[in-house]
Order: sequence, then structure tokens, then C-alpha cells
Amino acid sequence: MGAVLTASDLRKGLKLEIDGEPYLVVDFEFSKPGKGQALYRCRLKNMITGAQFDRTYRSGDKFNAADMEEQSMEFLYKDGNRYTFMNTSSYEQIELTEENVGDAINYLTENLVVDMLLFQGRPIGISLPNFVELKVIRADPGIKGDTAAGATKPVTLETGFVIQVPLFIEEGEVLRVDTRTGSYVERVKSS
Amino acid sequence: MLEEREILTAKKPTLLLRSSIMRAIRFFFEHEGFLEVQTPVRTPAPAPEPHIDAIPADGWFLSTSPELYMKRLLAAGYEKIFQLAPCFRRGERGRLHHPEFCLLEWYRLGSDYQTLKRDCLDLLRHISQAVNGSLKARYQGSSLDLESGCQHITVREAFLHFAGWDPISSADPDRFDLDLVEKVEPRLGFPMPCILSDYPPFQAALARLKPGDPTVAERFELYWAGIELANGFSELTDSREQRERFLQAMEARSRQGRTVYPIAESFLASIEHLPPCTGIALGVDRLMMIFADAVQLDQVVAFPPDMA
Repeated sequence: MGAVLTASDLRKGLKLEIDGEPYLVVDFEFSKPGKGQALYRCRLKNMITGAQFDRTYRSGDKFNAADMEEQSMEFLYKDGNRYTFMNTSSYEQIELTEENVGDAINYLTENLVVDMLLFQGRPIGISLPNFVELKVIRADPGIKGDTAAGATKPVTLETGFVIQVPLFIEEGEVLRVDTRTGSYVERVKSS
Repeated sequence: MLEEREILTAKKPTLLLRSSIMRAIRFFFEHEGFLEVQTPVRTPAPAPEPHIDAIPADGWFLSTSPELYMKRLLAAGYEKIFQLAPCFRRGERGRLHHPEFCLLEWYRLGSDYQTLKRDCLDLLRHISQAVNGSLKARYQGSSLDLESGCQHITVREAFLHFAGWDPISSADPDRFDLDLVEKVEPRLGFPMPCILSDYPPFQAALARLKPGDPTVAERFELYWAGIELANGFSELTDSREQRERFLQAMEARSRQGRTVYPIAESFLASIEHLPPCTGIALGVDRLMMIFADAVQLDQVVAFPPDMA
């Protein structure tokens, strides 16, 4: 159980526990009609299922903060659809399925350090660094003569992820990729 | 620090507008023969309201509204007074709420709340002419218009129309607040300002009940562009009933575990001599929001709470 909170603690970004599940306040509005009571209107998002719903709290309402913890974890290896991470301070290892890892599988390379979100000790999500560096393992040569500004082509990265890049990118190059948008940022000088 | 400089520089047009509106407000009331007054910001006994919390200050409290002091001046015979008062309310923070804000209050001896309703329209028209040179404005894509006066609607009509129930015949304070915020308020005041009047007695505060119809209180709220701007009423001048309402509010506060304030005895003693009068409080910062076409209060004050 997390700390006991009251309605006046509510704000966007707060994580609370309802019926044993963690919820994130994604939208919040404080209202108070003249001479009336304070109303704390929230849009809540279930941090496991992603389902959203609206709930209005009144002053005096109490609830528990979600018992959340973020730990720094190093990705060690993938075996079938199992991904093994190691806690960088306790060296404890933890295994997640491909489903648990979600979209992060597109960016995970050995030894990448990520923040893992745990609810009551159970991993429920991964936050990646905003930028990662990934090697191009397959790139078709750009079409000769195509000099249109902004022209792109698809390349395959070492994780199997396919992204659009400028035509000059070649196989073997290392790219900086924005994990929030899944887009190419720049070429990383290899030496 | 660079970021703060940029933010404040970007706010300059709004702060200039703010200054013009303050000047227009003062000009309007001086022209109408009102006296501008200042009353204490720190008080031993704030008006007891069930849902308004005062911020403690060295054993006393910061003013939540200058209301009680204004009425003590009325009781002494000051006929038309106004004040631009800094007010403080604990825990209020949102798009339309700041814990520190500016209230414009004005009071008239010997008139009823119909006069105040006219004042509201006249004031808005004066400000609009002064800052826009016109009686039309735009707020967040909606057109606003002061040319054809105000729309008048009772609380009962508004609830029947927008929420589907009658709060006068069936008292349900919790549902009242929720439906007011979610279903009624957002629809009020387009394009002309709207005056919502005749509140159920559980929402009467310091308003007198309507002579001839005690099922409603002579209280009204001014809305424009879906925003509650002002709350006015025919003041309760019966000191015995006033004391009774104070005690009820204190009991409600005590039940909710809120701070119970000392009874404002000086005020109760003074209203023994209070003739019929009316008064109104208007949120100046919200008015700025409308004229500045701003979504939230943070945009129209130089230093919102997070920047203080």
C-alpha cells in the first residue's frame, strides 16, 4: 500500500491505486462553483491495461498512492520471447515476456540501461532513454538520381526494427534514433 | 532566470491589458459616484463558509473576501463603496482558481439585486469599450456580445433545461455542485453574459430569502463565456438569522474536520444597523482571462503560484 492521499493531493501525473490496480491521472481539473464544494475531476488511466475512465473526487476523499517504484535495469539477453534484465544495483535478474516489454523490443540492445516501472514489485512498464544508437543491418542502395529533398528509404536495424532514413544511409552505419517517436535523428560517427 | 525573463516579456501585452482594465474599473466606479476603500487583508474572524478555507497568518487569517468589512462600512452609512481586494483561499488551484487572487467588490445601500445586475452589464460594457473600442469580443473561438444586454435565467430553469432536474424542489447539494460544473456552467453566457439567479436556500450564503418566495434566495451569479465571474445578492440584514447561518456554517465546517473560525462579533453587532443593501464580488483575474482570450488564470497574472 502506498501513502494515504487526499483529494487536495490530486494533480496530473499522480499515480494512485484503485481496486488493487495502478492508475495514472492523465487529466485533472479543479472546479469549485461559487459557494459550492471543491470538485477534483480526473481522467484516470489504468497503467496495466491502458483503459481510461473519469472520476470526480470531493475534498475529504481519501485513497492510496500506487506503490510504484522505478529501478534501473540493464538488458542482458533475449532467449526466444523472453527478455532478461539485471537490476544495476542489486544485480538481481528478472525475466519479461515480449508482451510485457511492448514496443521497447524495437530498441533493446545488449547492455542498454532502462528504467523499469514496478507496481507492488511487479514490472509493468519500461521507459527507455530518449535516444538510442542502433546499427543498420540491411539497407538497399538509394535510387540513383533521386535527389528530391526529404526523400527517404527503409532500413532494418539490428533489433529487426525498420525505420525510414535519408537515402545516403548505408549498411553498417550506426544511427541515433528517437525512442519516443521511433524516428531517425542522425548518423553517429563510428570512430 | 533567462526563462523567467522570456515568460515575463511574452506576457507584456497581457499585463498592459490588465493595467487598462484596472483603470477602466476605477474610472467606472468613480464616475458612478462610488468611494474606493481598503479594508484589512488580515482578519481575526473570516466569514464562515462551509467550503472556503482561510490561510492562517500569525494567529489571524488572510482575508477570503472583504465582505464583512464592506458591510460594516455600509452599516455606518457609506452608501456606495467598492474595493479591489487581494484575497486568499487555501487549496484552490486550477484553470479558474488561484490561492491568491483579486476580487472586485461593490455595495449599494437601499437598492436590491436588480440594480446590481444592471451594474454588471454597464461595467462590462464600459471595460469592453475602453479596451476593445467595441461591445464585441471573441473568446476561444466563440463570439461574445454585450450589445443586447444580458440573458436572465433562474437556477430552476437552467437545471431543468441542462441537467433535467429541479434543485429547488429536491435539495441535493452534492449533485447540485457536480451538475452545475459539468452540465450547466459551460453552457452559460454565449454570446451575451448570463445572469443565473434565485438559488436554493442551501446555497444562500449571506443572501436574504426572496420576500414572497422563501424557497429561493436573492442571490445571482454572472456568467460570461461559460465562466463564473461574479456572485451578488440582496444582503441578509437580520442579525439573528445571520448569527444562525454562521453557526450552521461552523457546524458544517466542524463536521468536515475543517478549521472553525471565531464568530465575527464586530460584524454581527454592526449589522444591527444595516439598512437593506446589495453587494457583489467579481473575480477580476477571470475577467482579464476573457478580455485576454486566455484559457487559464496563469496566463493573466505576472507570477502564477508555480512561478512565485
